[in-house]
Amino acid sequence: MGGGEKPPPRFKNRSITAFSGFGPLYRNRQHSLLGVDMGVDVLEHVIGQVINGLQLGFMYALIALGYTMVYGVVKLINFAHGDVFMVGAFVGYLGFNQWGMPVPVAVLTSMAVCAILGVVIEKIAYRPLRYAPKIAALISALGVSLFLEYFCSLKFIFGPNYRVVQRPFEEVHWQLAGISISNIQVMVMVTVLFMLLMLQYLLYRTKVGMAMRTVSLDHDAARLMGVNVDSVISVTFAIGSALAAAGGVLYAIAYPQIQPFMGIMPGLKAFTAAVLGGIGIIPGAVLGALIMGQVETLTAAFLSSQLRDAIAFGILILVLLVRPCGILGKTETEKV
Amino acid sequence: MPVLEIEGLSKSFGGLRAVSNFDLALGDNEVVGLIGPNGAGKTTIFNLITGIYPATAGSINFMGKSILGTRPFKITQLGIARTFQNIRLFKECTVLDNVRTVFHPRVRYGVIDAFLHTPRYAAEEARITERSLELLKAMNLDGRAEMKATNLPYGDQRRLEIARALAGEPKVLLLDEPAAGMNPSEVGTLVELIKFIRNHFKITVLLIEHQMNVVMNVCDRLVVLDFGEIIAQGLPEEIRNNQKVLEAYLGKGVTVA
Amino acid sequence: MKQKYTQTILIIVAAAIFYVFIKTLIFLNVLSPYWQLVLDQSLIVTIGALGLSLIYGFTGQFSLGHAAFYGIGAYTAGAISKTLGHGSLLWFIIAIVAGTLAAALIALLIGLPILRLRSDYLGIATLGFGIIVKVGMDNANKVLPVLGGATGMSGLTTVANFEIIFIFFLIAILLLKNLIYSKYGRAFISIREDEIAADAMGIDTTRYKTMAFALGCGLAGLAGSLYAHRYPFLHPSSFEFLKSFDFLLIVVLGGLGSISGTIVTAVGWAFLLEGLRFVLGEQFIDFRGVIYALILVITILMRPQGLFSGKELLFMKPPRLKTPTNREEGSHAGLRN
Repeated sequence: MGGGEKPPPRFKNRSITAFSGFGPLYRNRQHSLLGVDMGVDVLEHVIGQVINGLQLGFMYALIALGYTMVYGVVKLINFAHGDVFMVGAFVGYLGFNQWGMPVPVAVLTSMAVCAILGVVIEKIAYRPLRYAPKIAALISALGVSLFLEYFCSLKFIFGPNYRVVQRPFEEVHWQLAGISISNIQVMVMVTVLFMLLMLQYLLYRTKVGMAMRTVSLDHDAARLMGVNVDSVISVTFAIGSALAAAGGVLYAIAYPQIQPFMGIMPGLKAFTAAVLGGIGIIPGAVLGALIMGQVETLTAAFLSSQLRDAIAFGILILVLLVRPCGILGKTETEKV
Repeated sequence: MPVLEIEGLSKSFGGLRAVSNFDLALGDNEVVGLIGPNGAGKTTIFNLITGIYPATAGSINFMGKSILGTRPFKITQLGIARTFQNIRLFKECTVLDNVRTVFHPRVRYGVIDAFLHTPRYAAEEARITERSLELLKAMNLDGRAEMKATNLPYGDQRRLEIARALAGEPKVLLLDEPAAGMNPSEVGTLVELIKFIRNHFKITVLLIEHQMNVVMNVCDRLVVLDFGEIIAQGLPEEIRNNQKVLEAYLGKGVTVA
Repeated sequence: MKQKYTQTILIIVAAAIFYVFIKTLIFLNVLSPYWQLVLDQSLIVTIGALGLSLIYGFTGQFSLGHAAFYGIGAYTAGAISKTLGHGSLLWFIIAIVAGTLAAALIALLIGLPILRLRSDYLGIATLGFGIIVKVGMDNANKVLPVLGGATGMSGLTTVANFEIIFIFFLIAILLLKNLIYSKYGRAFISIREDEIAADAMGIDTTRYKTMAFALGCGLAGLAGSLYAHRYPFLHPSSFEFLKSFDFLLIVVLGGLGSISGTIVTAVGWAFLLEGLRFVLGEQFIDFRGVIYALILVITILMRPQGLFSGKELLFMKPPRLKTPTNREEGSHAGLRN
């Protein structure tokens, strides 16, 4: 993503020469099958959509990581995670729109607030149910999710209506070899990649990360080895929620309209992505999220925006039928 | 003709050969012990016979017909029942229901009878309830019929597993470490119980067991497994003094004192 | 052996008393038409929830797509009644049967492949199916204009009244209770308890998982069919995946594997939602969602096993054992110490 500093002049035709071999083929096929306007270069259009899909996929990845990490350590589908993402978006929006923070500060503030929120949710709503049937914690998560949504809808909190986010900077489109890419897209991808690297470092190069990996394998064994399981779970919720918050702020900048129920669908999609990749597996969450982003964007652009969700979930079901534990998931054969 | 005939049975998990070239023929009303150190592949053989794992190679014939590739519930319905090493009862069900469940394929009423609780339903339910209570009585569990299985003491759970397996009216019963975790007096009862099962139900028993006093007392012959292969077989007294068996259990250089 | 129907008779008597009680309340103008609607809705929800109770509570198959089958029933029955029925009772019956069968049949087709998945993965696959059905409903008018698409389907005749719904409610309870206390119920429960052990004990797990799923979704379809005849308007948002969570939380809060728990919680849930509206009044109506969410969290924290935790009320208990008293099996006696 280094080419962003020097936007090259618009040479729209250049890309066609670069791909002259199959450019016309694409153009013709697209035109005849899907009725895309003759004047638009279809290949560029496709690549543009792929980049849009990447942006969406990277944002899903941030949310999906929280789902998958929490699932890894407590085997819980944290349905409130999408709402933490919503709170993150609101705090970020308040930060740079109302309190005049620079964007990085707003992101960090939002991450801190949501990290605390995540830890508090776990302490109040999930920890007492750790030894109860799994489904009890899931119902508790549904309750927390509803609580966050309705609480934030109260007039003296955020209110029930859509709020338009004033972007802290203008959107700029750059042309790279004929492909259009915006500064927001670059920002999203760079930020997410940076966070992924940080997470990777944390998980595989630090003591906390090792403790987290241990806890995800076996609570009791981890405890016997001197790991403080409770605090590791807290840390996991904090990190997952902070990542979701960062995702929320990026989302608010990229799609500048926010409201208290905005977390439901992205949360669900991100969760689906985590399952698609193999829940509990961190690279799986990212892979699933990127696939999800592509499927959604490309379906909406070239097939039908109304069928988008149906196709995305249809793919999920098909993948699960072939790989019952997700793409990177290991099919566990229960020991008999 | 043997009741159960296994030839050249092999099973690999990835590169690991858990069972290789295993042969066994079980005669009518025989009690055979399958012994060997931990990880020798004994339970894997049970899982292969009952169809939980597909075999890599070999053949398994039950009453002269191949049962390879048959689904587990079908194999059980044909007449091979088992217990589990790590007890797998229907925990939240009553002791009685654990047994009654297994009568399922032989209960003669349909969905309509079930929906309307017709006289036929009542008659069949009464029949299997009575049969189940008989089995529980044989296992000395009839006093606890209404208890939840999970609340039973350990030894009782093991016996309930046997009762449940017998409810399938098997011709061959596979017992996977039935004495594990039992105290000496319970083990004594178990030995009597296995003898009783053999005499009363006239069935064949294949027994995995680590406790030598059980194996030596109830088995007609023994098969010793190590690293998935048969290293010895014969009468209990022969096995007791077999050098290879001692090495497998205790390592090389051990002699009988 | 003679079968005794004492329990069934007791349930019917209790139902008759309940019916007279409600009718008296209506006669005395205590129960306004609005609350009658809530009551009917609560009975409909109960029928649907009993379906999920069978699938998840008794058979242990985690389904997050229950509202989709509720919707399939509603749309099927609604479309038949609207195009052919126009309020006739015969067509109402046909529509109800068609709605129930459509849901059960689709459940059978989708269940066969996806019921191989386990726990959370099954949940997600069914959730995905629910979303696909919702998208289908949103766009259904492109195939069949009568279905109305994203704007909903209006102009339905409200044929179903309290009596009709109550009879179906009663039938659903009695049939489900009888099924649970039969060899089928034992097969379902054995799968919930330990699928591998059930398989090894001669239970055709695939068959009974599919059967429970199809029957349970059929109940959802029945509930939907009644819904389509109680309200003049159907909208896809009434059947979206969030509604599946409503069924789930009813079944879990009631206590998995308890028919009484599901019934009490379903009725209580419907009245709680509307009751809050009533109690809070105009001024605090915004707090309804917050309070509802808090009640949900607090209830599950206090009763993680559900309100009834697998137990049943008197009328729903298993049929009493007829223990054979004077049959002594001499051959076993030797075993006793």
